[in-house]
Amino acid sequence: MPRKLVTNFKVEYLQVLDNSGNADEELMPRLSSEQIKELYELMVLVRVFDDKAYNLQRQGRLGTYLQVKGQEASQIGSAYALDKKDWIFPSYRESGALITRNHPMYMLLLYWSGDSRGLESPEGLNNFPITITVGTQIPQGTGVAWASKILKEKVVTMIYFGEGATSKGDFHEGLNFAGVFQVPAVFICQNNGFAISLPREKQTASETIAQKAIGYGIKGIQVDGNDVFAVYKAAKEAVDKARKGKGPTLIECITYRLGDHSTADDSSKYRPKEEVLEWQKKDPIGRLERYMLKNKLLNDKNKKVITEKSTEKVEKAVEEYEKVAPPQPEDMFKYTYAQMPDKLQEQMKDLKGE
Amino acid sequence: MAILNIVQAINLALKQEMKKDKTIILLGEDIGKNGGVFRVTDGLQKLYGEERVVDTPLSEIGIVGSAIGMAVNGLRPVAEIEFSGFLYSPFDQIISHAGRLRTRSRGRFSCPLVIRVPYGGGIRGLELHCESPEAILAHTPGIKVVVPSGPYDAKGLLISAIRDPDPVIFLEPLRTYRVVKEEVPEKEYTVPLGKANIVKEGTELTVISWGAMLKYTQEALSKTNYKAEIIDLRTISPVDTETIVNSVKKTGRCVIVHEAPRTCGLAAELIAQINEKALLNLEAPVERVTGFDVPYPLYKLEGYYLPDEKRILRAVEKVMKF
Ligand SMILES: Cc1ncc(C[n+]2csc(CCOP(=O)(O)OP(=O)(O)O)c2C)c(N)n1
Repeated sequence: MPRKLVTNFKVEYLQVLDNSGNADEELMPRLSSEQIKELYELMVLVRVFDDKAYNLQRQGRLGTYLQVKGQEASQIGSAYALDKKDWIFPSYRESGALITRNHPMYMLLLYWSGDSRGLESPEGLNNFPITITVGTQIPQGTGVAWASKILKEKVVTMIYFGEGATSKGDFHEGLNFAGVFQVPAVFICQNNGFAISLPREKQTASETIAQKAIGYGIKGIQVDGNDVFAVYKAAKEAVDKARKGKGPTLIECITYRLGDHSTADDSSKYRPKEEVLEWQKKDPIGRLERYMLKNKLLNDKNKKVITEKSTEKVEKAVEEYEKVAPPQPEDMFKYTYAQMPDKLQEQMKDLKGE
Repeated sequence: MAILNIVQAINLALKQEMKKDKTIILLGEDIGKNGGVFRVTDGLQKLYGEERVVDTPLSEIGIVGSAIGMAVNGLRPVAEIEFSGFLYSPFDQIISHAGRLRTRSRGRFSCPLVIRVPYGGGIRGLELHCESPEAILAHTPGIKVVVPSGPYDAKGLLISAIRDPDPVIFLEPLRTYRVVKEEVPEKEYTVPLGKANIVKEGTELTVISWGAMLKYTQEALSKTNYKAEIIDLRTISPVDTETIVNSVKKTGRCVIVHEAPRTCGLAAELIAQINEKALLNLEAPVERVTGFDVPYPLYKLEGYYLPDEKRILRAVEKVMKF
């Protein structure tokens, strides 16, 4: 009777850019200087937007908001690898991916102020509405990708979630289907260290999140999520592979949530300040900046201009957001069904006191 | 006696019961180190340790499914679902299993567990944080569904729920979590499940509500001169039919207020019971004031969705002037 090793698996880790801003030339993804600048500008824009949204919430001008801070490289590096007609499935923390995908910033603010008009994906953009229930978007994204395959479209679906979501059945079922039906999907797991207060070590006993892909026969890879080049490279490879019909990939981006879980959270209750300070030193924007300064893609002057331009854009978005008139009560009835049933007509009248 | 809010009263009930009964285990997301997103379990992990106040991975099915197993095997789990919208995924565990285990095993196994769920709207919450899935639960055989409206009842009902031999879903009114305050005895007491509370006696009209809506219903009624009998249902499954029917027989008129959607909402069931047992005593058709049959809106519109004073008083007038 044999007792033998049947199979053996390895999990790859990818870093291209170290924290001092030195890039590994061999691993460096193909990106023009213009593209690198664009990535940088997006990261700055998202940071400025994120800080602004946080401040608006603090001033009572916005509802509960969930910050991107610290995860810009993971979100922008991945979304940047997509084509216009591709799909994304964002969770509540994906302002960065959504802005990269041209979701208007004023609409994001509308959504976070309790106005569903902010969720409307502009015509021509396949940005699925933000998911609040953790993990439920994963099998749905698999389904969208599956449909692309059936319809013979060369379209890729990118699905975003945190490491907390990998504890839900939705994740496992979604990945299993993706593997079985070899759908053109890319799963981006931002492992930011915490699911609200629960640290990564208590979320799962497995050594990496990336290895969970192996159980479903799909490729899993771990990347430095604060390294925009590594994220982009892994995402681009996965997107190209999916587009060629070669199946899905799970990418685990190791990153850190620099802010509280949300504006309703106080993370000092469950994590030491020193840990946050340590990660602040690994800020993805600072890292790219150091690379760009070294490589003469940035200098103090245009750095200032980029920040100013971003601030201008964000301020304009805030202005536009605050100009939007409140939604009408009929709005909540309008989209329940394609055609409003009589009972809803009646209820609408009841609301108006008719 | 201390003046407590609902959050504090529930915390006190858990603290005291856990001291008495070592088989009680709390499990849920962020309930331990963080003390719960609403601070309901604040301090309990420090007091009883990580084995009894467990921060679980992010899985409502894991939480409810393993709570069922723990209960089967002699523990008394009290699970927390962080927000109401996340109760939908463990429905299979609740409906197909918790609710029928006693039946399926012909009484050999049961699962005396409690699932605590902050529920309802009116707090400018995020999407799916403000759901009222009460009717789906009340529709489910084999489980009990309890909704306290104030701190005193919250403590007494929760202790009864924990000691109850059947699975109990304990719906905690988010909107009034910290708003309603009253004296809560430090000493042990229980409030029985399945018994409604006549909050105020009256002769002209019966008004039934529960949870957060009770407060707003009472406030609306204070603007009228009608002698309304106000009933707080407290347990919505099994419902205290007797108290309702006796009241309606006396008043002949009834208004029911709930924030959950209208179709197949609990009011529909109560009206059916009134029709079965007190039809000939009615002076007017029973009116219900409810949420609408639409997904709970984002918060800019929630003020229109939730029954308000205007809608409640309109229903009262309609019933009185019939
Ligand atoms: C199904 C479900 N359960 C609970 C919650 C409440 N909740 C919101 S975010 C969160 C933590 C999610 O952690 P993770 O998936 O790692 O993503 P992160 O928030 O860190 O980006 C929890 C528990 C939820 N939104 N959905």
